Amino acid sequence: MYRGQSGMWSWLFHRITGLGVLFFLLIHIVDITLAGFGPTVYDDGIKIFSLGIVRVLSLALIASVLYHACNGLRILIIDFWPAGHKYQRQMFFAVVALSIAGFIPMAFFVVAPIFGRCPGAPNTCAPFI
Amino acid sequence: MATTTEPSRPAAPRVVAQYGASARPVGGTAFETFSWYFFRWSGVVLLFLVIIHLILMHVVTDVSMTTYTFVQHRYQNPFWRVYDLVLLTLALLHGLNGLRIIADDYIHTRGWRVFAQSVLGLTVVTFWLMGTLTIVMFPTK
Repeated sequence: MYRGQSGMWSWLFHRITGLGVLFFLLIHIVDITLAGFGPTVYDDGIKIFSLGIVRVLSLALIASVLYHACNGLRILIIDFWPAGHKYQRQMFFAVVALSIAGFIPMAFFVVAPIFGRCPGAPNTCAPFI
Repeated sequence: MATTTEPSRPAAPRVVAQYGASARPVGGTAFETFSWYFFRWSGVVLLFLVIIHLILMHVVTDVSMTTYTFVQHRYQNPFWRVYDLVLLTLALLHGLNGLRIIADDYIHTRGWRVFAQSVLGLTVVTFWLMGTLTIVMFPTK
């Protein structure tokens, strides 16, 4: 850690979000592997993701993916565009703005079923816990 | 007349010449150079694969609908099997390579580094096999 302001925060967020997404990836590989034990076991495992509390947790996943993706582009621009590093600070704020802009509509669809609105699943509304 | 001994730190795995567009990896091993480029191109591919996957599985269809039967129908088109295999492979390698860089940042002892890298290598192989077997073996109707 150093007093690097936007440069430091972008690096730290990139690291934390990367670790978070990797952690979810490993969980996700385990849950799809349940398919090997048959449809019932698989569906019981997948049901966990419909619970309200897991929906709220998956908001962190969506935010992490969006930030990590946008900041990855910022890193690419810094690495491959000769003037890129001069705009790293402005690009950091653009990354945060873009992530929030992408997050809001996706978060709406993920969280809506908790409040009884199911745009992506007309037949099922899972309980909160 | 105190003699100062510099704390011995392992050499940085990658040497960066300068900021900006010239900041390609200089020196280091060929593997680290490969890893540097792999992060970048796999990141661009994953950006599309992951965000499309997220939108399809959490927005277009709600997670509560992604049942066994749903996957059976989806996998009738071999495109999605290939899509998921590429996504699985790149995401695992990109993610665990990132964890390797983090481990190198905080583990300074050679023995523990070898240990950490062995654990990471085993994790990649295990999880890749689990995911690949699931995707390849998933029966369609």
